[in-house]
Amino acid sequence: MSAPVLAVQDLRVSIGTAEIVRGVSFAVEPGQTLGIVGESGSGKSMTVLAATGLLDAPGAVVTGSSVLAPAPGAAGSPAVAGAGAGTTGTQLVGASARTLRRVHGDRVGFVFQDPSTSLNPVLPLGRQIGESLEAHRGMTPRQARTRALELLEAVGIPEPAARLDAYPHQLSGGQRQRVMIAVALACDPALLIADEPTTALDVTTQAQIVALVQALQHDRGTAVVWISHDLGLIGQVADDVTVLRAGEQVESRPVLDLVDRPQHAYTRELLAARPLLGQSHPAPAYPAAAPLLTVEGLDVRFPVVTPTGRTHVHAVDDVSFTVRRGHTLGVVGESGSGKSTIAHVLTGLVAPRAGRVDLDGVDVLGQRGAALKALRRRIAMVFQDPFSSLNGRSTVGTSIAEPLQVHGLARGRDGVRRRVGELLELVDLPAGWADRYPHELSGGQRQRVSIARALALEPELVVLDESTASLDVSIQARVLELLARLQAELGLTYLFIAHDLAVVERVSHDVLVLQRGRVVEQGPARQLFADPREPYTRALLAAIPPVRPRGAPEPA
Amino acid sequence: MTALVPDERAATATGRPAAGWRLLLDSPVNVVSAVVLLVVLVVALLGPTLAPYPVNAVDVPAALQPPSGAHWFGTDDLGRDVLSRTLVATRVSLQVALVAVAFALVVGVGVGIVSGYAGGWLDTVLMRVVDVMFAFPVMLLALAIVAVLGPGLTTTQLAIGIVYTPIFARVARASALAVRVEPYVQVSRTMGTGHALILRRHVLPGIAGPVIVQTSLSIAFGILSEAALSFLGLGVQPPRPSWGRMLFDAQGFLAQAWWMALFPGLAIFVSVLAFNLLGDGLRDVLDPRQRSLLRTRRLLREARR
Repeated sequence: MSAPVLAVQDLRVSIGTAEIVRGVSFAVEPGQTLGIVGESGSGKSMTVLAATGLLDAPGAVVTGSSVLAPAPGAAGSPAVAGAGAGTTGTQLVGASARTLRRVHGDRVGFVFQDPSTSLNPVLPLGRQIGESLEAHRGMTPRQARTRALELLEAVGIPEPAARLDAYPHQLSGGQRQRVMIAVALACDPALLIADEPTTALDVTTQAQIVALVQALQHDRGTAVVWISHDLGLIGQVADDVTVLRAGEQVESRPVLDLVDRPQHAYTRELLAARPLLGQSHPAPAYPAAAPLLTVEGLDVRFPVVTPTGRTHVHAVDDVSFTVRRGHTLGVVGESGSGKSTIAHVLTGLVAPRAGRVDLDGVDVLGQRGAALKALRRRIAMVFQDPFSSLNGRSTVGTSIAEPLQVHGLARGRDGVRRRVGELLELVDLPAGWADRYPHELSGGQRQRVSIARALALEPELVVLDESTASLDVSIQARVLELLARLQAELGLTYLFIAHDLAVVERVSHDVLVLQRGRVVEQGPARQLFADPREPYTRALLAAIPPVRPRGAPEPA
Repeated sequence: MTALVPDERAATATGRPAAGWRLLLDSPVNVVSAVVLLVVLVVALLGPTLAPYPVNAVDVPAALQPPSGAHWFGTDDLGRDVLSRTLVATRVSLQVALVAVAFALVVGVGVGIVSGYAGGWLDTVLMRVVDVMFAFPVMLLALAIVAVLGPGLTTTQLAIGIVYTPIFARVARASALAVRVEPYVQVSRTMGTGHALILRRHVLPGIAGPVIVQTSLSIAFGILSEAALSFLGLGVQPPRPSWGRMLFDAQGFLAQAWWMALFPGLAIFVSVLAFNLLGDGLRDVLDPRQRSLLRTRRLLREARR
């Protein structure tokens, strides 16, 4: 055993009378990764922010102890286990702003969830990476620039020399997160805090970032605290796992032990909720069902103005597919593959340049006036973000009643109210919740309301655009169950758009794989998952966290 | 899944959640502002009957008397009772401000949300017109309008109204632009909801916050603008009193008779402040998120008792 880099003892955070974090203890050793898992609101981020002195909530009171090991003599040397052993460490709870400034960036590096907001949009990358080197190591701008170049190379950014003067908006999400890692590792910190660093990224990009962090950790002996809501991902990266629930430490053990012998019911629940490949399939639908939706040769371009003149982005390029009645077509692809654009065409938010869309004999793109309004009733859409897709100023009931009023689907005030109640009960919410406002509900509950609103139209086709992507895994599992039940009860047809193949496998009868606006592969789900033809599909499948943590033997 | 959010649990325990107006009156600041505005309103309606002296009762021997038992607010250079004039002037000042702001509100918000929601050439044209109006200093524009239409109460109202319209148009357009791209508006469009309903249901409530704040600020500025126009002799015509007119009359006597300027000035100050504070309070209560916060605070207070 070597001395821990960060040792946290009985950490508590309270705001007012509410205790948000209730006595969390953990320690992380050099070269080790500690995973912290829990649903949103479980106090994961709060714990780590409090432990590192970054917590900036008004009125928050932090008690307990969090000791950072003193700086080792040989900073920057590769993987010296136990180099952190020294006389006394730095107490970070209640530390002065000055102490914290000295520690942050130098001894502790941070990578946050959203790479598009955690980089400064108006500074070139080289300056942002070099900032902590100039602040902590007293480097000249020239030296810092040389070091920044090395770091960009280390995190695998193509053409690092040219990228030094690039700005964040010129990079993709995955590249930005790589740059964030370069920023965090600039001073060779003993501890890297990664707060949901891959949640905003595609699965393939997530796999790359995980591999990158592991490689860098191996080279430098950095201790990592990795926060995530996804136990599958944590199983892939962590050595030890701490499970948090409502600020309480439910379980804290080595990862293999935890996965094989979960002690706590909540851990078992989290394990069961992991989206895994080959775990479940949708209920079979009537195989000879007629096609409900036929799309042929769909082509969408968006004009873009660049310094060199007007050009366009080919968002969807000659895409054709059919969805059979009562079936689910899963549409997968990375961000920018044109998935959402297809959904927007179907619901009239985007006009295509060419192509034909046919809904059971009706030309979707050619309708006007009353016929268009009638068509809108037949295709409903559920958006990704449950927070912004409901109007925060309207009650849940008003939101669900809107389609009823627009299409005259319920008579009178009482009729509308009764129907809203029915719809709420259909999605497993109490009918009395019609008077609540969206901010009083959790993400999963809100998404249920969105589904109820879509069902109010009594549609034939429901377009689900990443509808479960922003939910925690355990809540996602429950919403997927709800969708399956509704399909069976109401005979709905789904167009299920997602980037997570494990989720797609769970609900889809047929699958369409998109890459850069083109169809890569399509076919029945079982066949496609069992025998993917295209390398791109295989890459997507390989990127999903495996059932068992890395290095573990297969279960009997 | 069915866990209640803490404040809701508390609310269901004590019965129905508190109504909006109760929350508004929870804050002492709002209560005081509301009471002040109520008093101002009553005075505006009953001014002439409350006044101890006729407004224009000239009594030259009693000119420039300091506040006393007979004349609580003193007398002006013509021996007129300042208290009576301040009370009677309330109606004119308030009427000008309210009518002008109501005009600006209706026209400005209408133009603003249509412009922001529709976009395209209509937006460009409307906003360029607004820009042109903005290019003129407020007083200059008001002066020009009054100069064209001739001085008087109606033209003063119209002038101030026109001058404030672009501000409302800008505020409404900015909010409408932001609301238009919200996913919940897109959802409505995919459901086939008509533009009129989207504007009424989603866009108008979405812009209520900034518009209410702008309204309360504008009423306050409207009172000041009327004062300025009257001060320049282009607004309310003497001998009819208005607060601005009284300030104008007082300026030659600041050294001898501070009371001539102080009391109409105080009247302006108090009503302007009350409008602003109540506007802020209203905005908080109209926002569901703020409202929950206020409700939670209320319940906490009750629990402590």
